[in-house]
Amino acid sequence: MAYDKFEILKSTAVPLPVENVDTDQIIPARFLKATERVGFGDNLFRDWRYNPDNTPKAEFVLNNPVYKGKILVGGKNFGSGSSREHAVWAIYDYGFRCVVSSFFADIFRGNCLNIGVLPVQVSAEFLDKIFAAIKANPDTEIEINLPNQTITLLESGDQESFDINSYKKENMLNGYDDIDYLTKMKSEIQEFASARPF
Amino acid sequence: MSKTLFDKVWDSHVIRKINDGPDVLFIDRHLIHEVTSPVAFLGLKSRNNSVLFPEKTFATADHNTPTINQHLPVEDPLSANQLKALEQNAADWGITHWGLGHQKNGIVHVVGPENGITLPGATIVCGDSHTSTHGAFGAVAFGIGTSEVEMVLSSQCIMQPKPKKMRINVNGKLGFGVTPKDVALFMISKLSASGATGYFVEYAGDVFKNMSMEGRMTVCNLSIEMGARGGIIAPDEKTFDYIKGRLFTPKEEAWDKAMDYWKTLKTDADAVFDEEINFIAIDIEPMITYGTNPGMGTGISNYIPKAESVEGGVASYKKSLEYMGFHEGDKMIGKKVDFVFLGSCTNGRIEDFRAFASIVKGRKKADNITAWLVPGSHDVEAKIKEEGLLDIINAAGFELREPGCSACLAMNDDKVPAGKLAVSTSNRNFEGRQGPGSRTLLASPLVAAATAVTGVLTDPRTLLINN
Ligand code: SF4
Repeated sequence: MAYDKFEILKSTAVPLPVENVDTDQIIPARFLKATERVGFGDNLFRDWRYNPDNTPKAEFVLNNPVYKGKILVGGKNFGSGSSREHAVWAIYDYGFRCVVSSFFADIFRGNCLNIGVLPVQVSAEFLDKIFAAIKANPDTEIEINLPNQTITLLESGDQESFDINSYKKENMLNGYDDIDYLTKMKSEIQEFASARPF
Repeated sequence: MSKTLFDKVWDSHVIRKINDGPDVLFIDRHLIHEVTSPVAFLGLKSRNNSVLFPEKTFATADHNTPTINQHLPVEDPLSANQLKALEQNAADWGITHWGLGHQKNGIVHVVGPENGITLPGATIVCGDSHTSTHGAFGAVAFGIGTSEVEMVLSSQCIMQPKPKKMRINVNGKLGFGVTPKDVALFMISKLSASGATGYFVEYAGDVFKNMSMEGRMTVCNLSIEMGARGGIIAPDEKTFDYIKGRLFTPKEEAWDKAMDYWKTLKTDADAVFDEEINFIAIDIEPMITYGTNPGMGTGISNYIPKAESVEGGVASYKKSLEYMGFHEGDKMIGKKVDFVFLGSCTNGRIEDFRAFASIVKGRKKADNITAWLVPGSHDVEAKIKEEGLLDIINAAGFELREPGCSACLAMNDDKVPAGKLAVSTSNRNFEGRQGPGSRTLLASPLVAAATAVTGVLTDPRTLLINN
């Protein structure tokens, strides 16, 4: 088993209504120098979260104790830019298990699924609803139900379903990853490799 | 059934198709560098796996490396540690490794093609989004995350759903002073930074046919900046001439056999794309970006668009301009610039240095400009010297640094200070990309050169002789 199983997550959420949040913002390059996967959460959104003298920026959402939870809600085109998996490690290490947006960058989405963070893509209208609900009440609870593939605003009952392919869904539900799968294919892979022209 | 070039390469590498899931895709060539590989090697060890085909993985150090005094020990202990980890992991598993100071060292996407690691019809991955560069050779090449680096090390495969297919045709002849970088920035500005998400893009038409291999690499490199998984261009005589005789290129009989295969690598006449887009070369002028994503670009002689006229969120647009210290309606030409960066896997090849030299020749660096000229590899550096470009550059008051990623991502010592404005030939103008608080304008080597000698953002056409 490669990571925690994911079934139903009920939590408040942290809103970040900014579009095109790129992975350089999620974790700036100068924090990519570790050779182990530890401590990345401390530098999540580093330059939005801290002043150059390392004092917290009061206006940034992660520094506002009113907002907390295991769900991060971001604007359209979340996770664009660099392929650094460190961005998802930082999100995970900080304590998030799910990211919600109306649109994800490809590599970022794949990285999320590979380490057990669930990317939930909703319609632009539903995203607006989530932001509005959190604004009205920061304690708004959201339920992410992976078996049913639904996201629900528990207070209003507003609900939408989301897509995930059945292979990845199985993986998330059981905490398996692709390496577990590929390890079982070794002889098939070796046979294929021997027939390659270069 | 008719197939696109992309289909031909992808499909021939699929070992298994999973129903309502990804394809298991075999990887011919795997490139690694010091930043995204250490945790993959740790994972490999913790699962008691080994590297299945060490001869298919190639390692080079580039992101963390200093670009001066490379013969001295690396000062930053964390960078030194990553470089050491790469060296050790490569040695432990028998992987080819070109570390700092090695004659073959350079940016991963520059040294791959230079050494015949990059081949037509191959699948190529690297823990780096600009792996799309290698598509210039008719390879299916794209960036992966660290978990996938571990997958490739242990199984030579990754698991990915097949992307959709897009073709972008650019026909006609490029205008005076318009370079491959401008073509790419133009396409990104039209499609937006997310416009090709979910797609693999084939570039077709006169403009790409007539482009050099260096130019094609620049274009494919920037595919990721419009959200695409990768870009691909059909291989032709130019491609074969480029790769012939390089270090790892197949030789003799193997070459002939490979050529038979490579010649089949083109999109069938009646193949269908999920999306097809057409542009005309003459609509493209030298480009400049003005915001904090590569889609926020325009012709250099234009004014910054009004928020109402752009698609997408007005708030994000305004936040972006605020970061840049710009205003809607500002003229771009004439803005005072502090830094000029020539380099990166986008524009750190010999052709880019030729372009830069063509403008600075006989002129002088402006006093207010700090310039970093960084070749993409030692091979490029050697050519710069051989062709006499170094003398031209030096005479104009510029210096050449040693190869590496340099100011492209500010992981090493080359950082643009907070608030300073840089014209950069690299690929990302994100907030703080070139250093905390730095502001970046993406442009071609010609625009960079013109700006470096005038001190303000300058249209290179005013300094070039049109003949
Ligand atoms: S030059 Fe820049 S984009 Fe290219 S590999 Fe290095 S850091 Fe990445």
